[in-house]
Amino acid sequence: MERIKIVLHFPKQLVDKPIVYRLVKDFNLEFNILKAEVNPNEEGLLILELKGQDQDYKKGIEYLKNEGVRVQPLSQDVSMDRQRCVDCTVCVSLCPTEALEKDPQSGEVKFIKEKCIACGICVKACPYGAMKIEF
Amino acid sequence: MKTIQEINEKIKKGNVVVLTAEEVIGLVEEKGIKEAAQTVDVVTTATFGPMCSSGIYFNIGHSKPRIKLGGGHATLGGVPCYTGLAAADLFLGANALPDDDPRNSVYPGEFRYGGGHVISDLVSGKDLVLEASGYGTDCYPRKNLKTYINIKDLNEAVLYNIRNCYQNYNVAINTSDKVIYTYMGILRQKLGNANYCSAGALSPLLNDPLYKTIGIGTKILLGGGVGFVSWWGTQHNPCVERTNKGVPKYPAATLALIGDLKNMSGQWLIGTSMVGYGVTLSVGIGIPIPILNEEILEYTAVKDEDILAPVVDYSKDYPQRENRILGLVNYAQLKSGHIEIKGKKVPTSSLSSIRKAREIADVLKGRIKSGEFLLTEAVEKIPSVDSKYRSKPLKERKV
Repeated sequence: MERIKIVLHFPKQLVDKPIVYRLVKDFNLEFNILKAEVNPNEEGLLILELKGQDQDYKKGIEYLKNEGVRVQPLSQDVSMDRQRCVDCTVCVSLCPTEALEKDPQSGEVKFIKEKCIACGICVKACPYGAMKIEF
Repeated sequence: MKTIQEINEKIKKGNVVVLTAEEVIGLVEEKGIKEAAQTVDVVTTATFGPMCSSGIYFNIGHSKPRIKLGGGHATLGGVPCYTGLAAADLFLGANALPDDDPRNSVYPGEFRYGGGHVISDLVSGKDLVLEASGYGTDCYPRKNLKTYINIKDLNEAVLYNIRNCYQNYNVAINTSDKVIYTYMGILRQKLGNANYCSAGALSPLLNDPLYKTIGIGTKILLGGGVGFVSWWGTQHNPCVERTNKGVPKYPAATLALIGDLKNMSGQWLIGTSMVGYGVTLSVGIGIPIPILNEEILEYTAVKDEDILAPVVDYSKDYPQRENRILGLVNYAQLKSGHIEIKGKKVPTSSLSSIRKAREIADVLKGRIKSGEFLLTEAVEKIPSVDSKYRSKPLKERKV
């Protein structure tokens, strides 16, 4: 399978439990942590890139859901509001994965969702509030 | 070779030749200065970017009974206005922040709403809450006022920017080992990125580097409406080092601009948030340059590669006001997406929008060609390279 990026939401009671390592141990899934945070309400958020066999991936996701982890695909989370964007390019040099790039001819800023790891730096940096992130 | 009156006659007759400052470069390359100067009548220049020293003054009309805002307190959309004027006049600056904004208390601070956003909302026709208090006098007895106001009900609403249109600007970088939040955007540690803020070869004052046509009284496109150059801007600094074509290598001239806010648009005046710094207003400006002779045309044919800008370290040198630069780079390099500093390839970003600047240059071109925008003669020049005019740093004296 291709590498898949997912967002995991851990409710408060699961934050201190070892869960992610079992994706490797029991399901042979290779993972790369793109973002991890625990909010003031002690809920956890983890963005992972996963690689492995399709069957294992399905089982692994099933396991997470059974444990009470909410799983959603990453690509839905960062969006660009073309109405607000002025194509200044402030976000372009900050983006760590080149998911935001300037068209050399038109000067227009393009958002390539597939490359986005939802780090949120563009949301913070955009002077016009054109980038939004929702988990 | 040509006069502004002659160009205006052509505009009225509908046979004026107008090119943008980007288009004129190609024509000059193709036909040479001499022929191009005969062909072209007007070159339009433009810029769109955050310009902090912008603001509005407005007159709300007298309430019944009357209240004296002067010397009192007033907020519009929750953002404090300056009340040091007469009873019904207020001034609101683009950088103003609500009193209850958390600002930098939770570092770096988001600064999502302030003066620039209020100006943008007002010009877009939104109703805004005006809340004011006065101390009450025999002739102005009322002490409190809370009402919605709308731009269409104001007597005057005027955009008055005391410093816009910087002729060239710094390229901001960060050599420290932590991220910094500046008015030039987020700067990553260890030369992680470089931010610039100029339209380069399309920017007004870089196309008239010695202010031969742009001066006090020049009619311009401001925020989508008609405006005028009212004075040179604050921190005007024309006597900096220049290239042999007269283009300043450092931030130099600035302009003070004025125009009727009621004829402007929220498309060209946009409230802007700089994380960790504050709020400001992004302003769209278009300035026509009449091609009176070959010399003026040659200035407008300036290319990005001919314009140099200083690279300044915003982690140390800028805050400590050290006059040190890490080198000069040109706008072709900046616009390419990467520059090289100390042997490192550094990605670049612009705060100024070239796409919006191009739109403004095209709008101005269209208005001139359709006959609705005539050119003006400057009534007075702004201080130029021979003026000895300099922007001085603050000299602190012991109190």
